[in-house]
Amino acid sequence: MSADPPGVHLPDAERALETLASSLLTGVAHDAAFVGIYSGGAWLAERLGKLVPGEHPVGFIDVSFYRDDYASRGLKTGARRSDLPFDVAGATIVLIDDVLYTGRSTRAAINELFDFGRPRAIELAVLVDRGGRELPIEPDYVGVRVACARSLSIVLSRDAAGRLSLGAEPAGGG
Amino acid sequence: MNAGRNPQLGPDGRLVHLLTLEGLPAATILSILDAAEPFASFGEREVKKVPLLRGKAVFNLFFENSTRTRTTFEIAAKRLSADVINLNIGASSTSKGETLLDTIDNLVAMNADMFVVRHSQSGAPHLIASHLLATGRSHVHVVNAGDGRHAHPTQGLLDLYTIRHYKRDFRALSVAVVGDVLHSRVARSLIHGLATLGTPDVRVIGPRTLIPARVEGMGVRVFHDMRAGLADCDVIVMLRLQNERMKGALLPSAGEYFKHYGLTDGKLALAKSDAIVMHPGPMNRGIEIDSPVADGERSVILPQVTFGIAVRMAVMSMVAGN
Repeated sequence: MSADPPGVHLPDAERALETLASSLLTGVAHDAAFVGIYSGGAWLAERLGKLVPGEHPVGFIDVSFYRDDYASRGLKTGARRSDLPFDVAGATIVLIDDVLYTGRSTRAAINELFDFGRPRAIELAVLVDRGGRELPIEPDYVGVRVACARSLSIVLSRDAAGRLSLGAEPAGGG
Repeated sequence: MNAGRNPQLGPDGRLVHLLTLEGLPAATILSILDAAEPFASFGEREVKKVPLLRGKAVFNLFFENSTRTRTTFEIAAKRLSADVINLNIGASSTSKGETLLDTIDNLVAMNADMFVVRHSQSGAPHLIASHLLATGRSHVHVVNAGDGRHAHPTQGLLDLYTIRHYKRDFRALSVAVVGDVLHSRVARSLIHGLATLGTPDVRVIGPRTLIPARVEGMGVRVFHDMRAGLADCDVIVMLRLQNERMKGALLPSAGEYFKHYGLTDGKLALAKSDAIVMHPGPMNRGIEIDSPVADGERSVILPQVTFGIAVRMAVMSMVAGN
């Protein structure tokens, strides 16, 4: 394990994923769909779809077209195609993201989901909650809570073997 | 001021207008094609639009008629949630004597955010973009929807998107462009794009009267015999023969043209067995393309139309955000 950069203590991502999976295990509907926000949330949705017992269709969502910083930052490059292989109308959906911070990505994702149909309910699961919300959004399931300097972004990475890890980089990249 | 700079690119190199594919870096072209990818799947959504251009006013300025291109730009802008205003310029201000730039200034005063421009004069969109820059209104963007014989960059991009969709790697392809290359801004834009993306073999096929002089300077090979030109190619792009030109001295007759340059199953058999057939539309059946080919399994003419909306969404959302 590399040393923590100044301003944050980075927990182990795999252990946080185990915690998140067990908290979903006790609370989530047996047929809830798992929808990961690209790209970190998508990796988590894939893993959680296998870890959590039940019938959980897995989908992916790219919120690039719903972001509120388009006017100041332009179109984000590398946007992916949202892929929701189930009927959103009437579905119970667990939205999955790697790091919950301001809540703006979650807002964008909820808006996008409604353009596919009217879900019965949407819940929120995140690997890392670092606080600092700018919108009235709270997670239903959390892997780990982390205090982090505002000057840093926490990023989730996945190595060739599929193992997840957390890192930090200077904020402002997007 | 700004002499030598590509007027399509901002100071940081980002795309702010789309005027022509000529001189556009390969990375920029590829980023547009990549950005179009997620827009191509909109059929699955209950709400077939995204809020990217919400509150933006897109003015379709068509100084030359084109129902189809105007409609596809209108659909693309509406799917991005923009407000679209169609101006039939031929029937309004310019016929009363207003200059092009006065028209632009008036529309900017109405808070236009983007102009989609079709003009019979080559260079008109470029003139508008330069005017906006020179007068400090670089937040207003210009997209060329076809100017004279010069360029039709969104058509070129949608052709490139289609080729990439079916054939993947430009660096291993033979592409044949057939027909009225002389009058075709579609051909010009596509040839520039193919060259930039490293396509090793681009051929133009047509009668001497419809192939521009010195076209070899664009890096293409010229064929007047269609059968020789189609041999082993991967992609065939048929151009529309503009009926109005049939009356001039350029061609003997439609029947004669079809005999030599119409795409039939027989001629298609000379291309690779998995070659695709493209056409920018509207097509003249029985003149440049035979119905069995147009409706055949190698034809990707209708997918081109669908991809065209996605590519125009990508272009508009990129320039408006830069």
